[in-house]
Amino acid sequence: MSMKNIENNNETYRPLIVAFCCNWCSYAGADLAGNNRLAYPADVKIIRVPCSCRVNPTFILRAFQRGADGVIICGCHPGDCHYTSGNYYTRRRMSLMFSMLDYLGIERERTRVEWVSAAEGAKFAATMNDFCETVAKLGKNKRLEDLRCKQ
Amino acid sequence: MRKISLDRINDLFAAIAAEFRLYLPVDTNGGARYEEWAEGKILSDELNTVRSAKDFFFPQTENLMDFKTEGKKIEIVDTRSETEDFVIFGVKACDVRSFDVLDRVFLAEPQDSFYKNRREHSLILSMACAKPHETCFCTTFGIDPSAPMGDIVCYKTEDALYMDAKTEKGAALLKKIESITVEDNGEAAEKQKKVIRERLEKLPLHNLTADRFGGDKTAEFFKAPEWKELSASCLGCGTCTFVCPTCQCYDIKDFNTGHGIKRFRCWDSCMYSEFTKMSAGQPRLTQLERFRQRFMHKLVYFPANNDGMFACVGCGRCLSKCPIQMNIVKVMKTLGKGEEKNV
Amino acid sequence: MQAVTREILINKAAELLGNGTVDRVFGWKKGEFSYDVTPALFTTREAMDADFVFGDFCGANFSKYLVAETRKEGKVLVFLKPCDTYSFNQLLTEHRFDREKVYVVGIPCSGMLDTVKIKAVAEGIASVEDNGDRVTVHSLFDGDVTVSRNDMLPDRCKNCKSKKHVAYDELIGEDGEVIDSGRFDEVEKLEKMTPDERFAFWQNELSRCIRCNACRDVCPACTCEKCVFDNPDSGVENKAAANSFEEKMFHIIRAFHVAGRCTDCGECSRVCPQHIPLHLLNRKFIKDINEFYGDYQAGAEVGSRAPLVNYTADDPEPAEAVERSHHDA
Repeated sequence: MSMKNIENNNETYRPLIVAFCCNWCSYAGADLAGNNRLAYPADVKIIRVPCSCRVNPTFILRAFQRGADGVIICGCHPGDCHYTSGNYYTRRRMSLMFSMLDYLGIERERTRVEWVSAAEGAKFAATMNDFCETVAKLGKNKRLEDLRCKQ
Repeated sequence: MRKISLDRINDLFAAIAAEFRLYLPVDTNGGARYEEWAEGKILSDELNTVRSAKDFFFPQTENLMDFKTEGKKIEIVDTRSETEDFVIFGVKACDVRSFDVLDRVFLAEPQDSFYKNRREHSLILSMACAKPHETCFCTTFGIDPSAPMGDIVCYKTEDALYMDAKTEKGAALLKKIESITVEDNGEAAEKQKKVIRERLEKLPLHNLTADRFGGDKTAEFFKAPEWKELSASCLGCGTCTFVCPTCQCYDIKDFNTGHGIKRFRCWDSCMYSEFTKMSAGQPRLTQLERFRQRFMHKLVYFPANNDGMFACVGCGRCLSKCPIQMNIVKVMKTLGKGEEKNV
Repeated sequence: MQAVTREILINKAAELLGNGTVDRVFGWKKGEFSYDVTPALFTTREAMDADFVFGDFCGANFSKYLVAETRKEGKVLVFLKPCDTYSFNQLLTEHRFDREKVYVVGIPCSGMLDTVKIKAVAEGIASVEDNGDRVTVHSLFDGDVTVSRNDMLPDRCKNCKSKKHVAYDELIGEDGEVIDSGRFDEVEKLEKMTPDERFAFWQNELSRCIRCNACRDVCPACTCEKCVFDNPDSGVENKAAANSFEEKMFHIIRAFHVAGRCTDCGECSRVCPQHIPLHLLNRKFIKDINEFYGDYQAGAEVGSRAPLVNYTADDPEPAEAVERSHHDA
C-alpha cells in the first residue's frame, strides 16, 4: 500500500509513528530504502538505538505519552545480532510487554517488532507503509495518551 | 431541627444537587469514597471513606499554573477556574476537625488562595457516627463523634435523617429544602447521641490519652530510644500520609509538555526517601528519622506552633491501612509508657 | 486454624537463642486488635513471652526484611511460610542477602485471613476466633458472627500455589506439596473479555491508585536501592500522578520489572489501601511466561535463570505470542 492511498483515506489524520531501529541492521535498512527511493510515510520518526534490546519498555510508554500513535521496534534478524544475542532478549521482552498492553485493553496493533536487515531496504519501506496504514485505521492513540502533552 | 424519612433521601439529594454540586460517600470495590451525586448513586453505609475528605480542599494533584514558551517569551497562564459553591455530605466528626487543622496551615499568612477559595465555597453536612469502629480514637483529641461540627449536623437513624443547622450558611440551605422536610423536636437525635456515647465507652482505644504530648516535649521525645524499634519494620511507603486527613506536606513538580510547562502541586510524604530532597540530599537520611518526623510533627511540632492543637484527629485510617500495622497509637502508647486515663 | 502454635514457635526460638545458633528472632508482635500484628525483632524469651504472636493475621512476607537484617552483625532466625520461601530463594538467586546470616525455620500455613473481609462481616471488631473451618467474629456492639473460614481467605490463599517449603534449615511439622491452584482463572476471565471491557476494567481499578508506593515497598522482588520512580532525574518520576497515564505507566513498568522474578506471593494486593487487584498484573506475566517459554516458578530453586535473562533460538515472535495469549479472537 502506498503512501498516497493512506493520504486519500485519511485526509486529516496522519498517525505519528516512532520506530526504534538498531544501528547495525534496521537503521542501515532505512538508509537503503532511502537510497533506493522507496517511499514510506514521513510520519515515521526513527530513533537509532545501538541494539533493539536497548529499548526499555519505558521508552515505549514514553513514546505513547509524548504523542506517538504507534511504536515499532526493528532489529537484526534473530541469529544475526551484532552483539550475538541482543535481539533474542528483545523478542522475549516485547512479547511480554505487548501481551501486557493487550491485557490492559490497549490495541495490540499499535505495537510491533520487525526484523529488518541492512540489505532489506524494500522490506523496511513495506513494513513502515503497512504499519502506518494499520495505525491510521485505528485512529489516534487514546488509551495511552497523556492529555498534558496534547494541545 | 428538620427531619426527612430515609425512603425519601433521594429527594433530599436531588433538591441539594439542583442548587449545588453535591458530593457524598458511595461504595466502590475499593471501599467507600466521595463521588458527585447523580440519580442512582446510593449513600454508603461504611463508617468512613478510605481517603479522607481533605481531597476537597487539598487535592492530591492540582495544576497551579502553566508556562507557555514561544521563542524567548514566557507567558504565565493562571489555570484556576472559579469554584462554585459545593456541598459535602456525610463528613464524620474526625474529618470535620481535620479541616481546622488544615486551616491552620493553609490559611495562616501568607494564605493559600487555592485552598481558601475552595474552603469558602464549601458547605459541610456532617454526620454523627452511629457505630464507631475499634480503630477510632477521636475522643483522645477532644472530638465528640456524636456532635460533629459543620454547617449542618445530621443524624441518621433506622428510618430517618435529622438535620440541625449550625451556621448561617447551613440554615440557608435548610430553608431551601424546607418543603421536603418536616420540623422535629430533636428527641430522636438526642436518643442517638446517647447511644453513640455508650458505644464509645466500649471502644478499645477509648482511654488513650495525648496528655503526655504537646509543643514543649521535643527534648523529651526526640532522642527517645524507642524510635528505633518503632520504626524498624516501617516500609517507607506513603500509605499513612496519603490516607491521613491532616497530613498536608506537598511537593511542586514541573512537567514539560514539549511545548510548555505545567506546574503541579502534589501530595508528598515525609516517609519517602526523596522527601524535601535538595542539592545536598534529603535531610533525613534514615527511615528512623523520617518515621520520627511524622509522629513528632503530629504530636509535638504542630501543637508547638498551633496553640496546642494536635495534628491527629483519631480517624483510625492509618491503623487499618498500614501494611505492617505500625501507627500513631502504638507510638503514643510506647513513648507515653502505656499511660492511659484512669478508667 | 494454623497447625503450629505460638508456644511451639517461642520454644523453638528460645532453644536457638539459648544454644547460640541465632542472635535475634524476626517475628510477629501483637498490637491493639486481634488482626493488628507488626513484624518485629526479639532477642529474649521474655520479650517473646510478652509480645510474640502467631495466628491468622501473620500474613506479612518476611523475606524482604532479610536484605536489611543480614547487613547487621550476627545471625537472625526467621519463620517462613511456604510462599515466603519462594521469595527467599529468589532474593538469594539475586544475591540480595547473605544466606549464612539467616536461620530459616519453615512453618506450615493453612492460609491467612483477609482483614478486609473480616471487617466486612461486622462493625467494630472486638476479637476474631478461629475454630478450624469456621471463624467467629466478636463484634463490639452486635454480638457474634460465625462464617466459613475459607470465605475469609484472600485470593492469594484461596489459590495457594504451594504448601511446600523450598528453603529451610529446619522444618516444624510436615512439609506440603505444590498445589495445582486456580490462580490463573481470573487472568483468563480478563483475557476472554473484549479489549474495551479490559480497558474499562483496568481503568476503573487503576484510577483508585493513590501512588502511596506500598505495593512497591512491600514487594520482595522490588529491592532496588533507588527506584526509578523515586529518582527525579530519571524522567519518569511521576509523583504528581496527574492523570491516568501515569498510573498505567507506574503499574505496567513495575509489573514488567518484576516479571520472571515475581513469585506470586500476593503482598502487593494485600497492602493496597485501595484494594486494587495488582496480583492480576503479575499473574498475567507469569501465565504468559509459562505459555511462551515453558513452566517457570520464580524462587522454586536457587540459581535458576529467570526467563527474561534467558532465550532460545525458537522463541515465539511477539506478534505470534500476543496472538497465543489471546482468547477473545
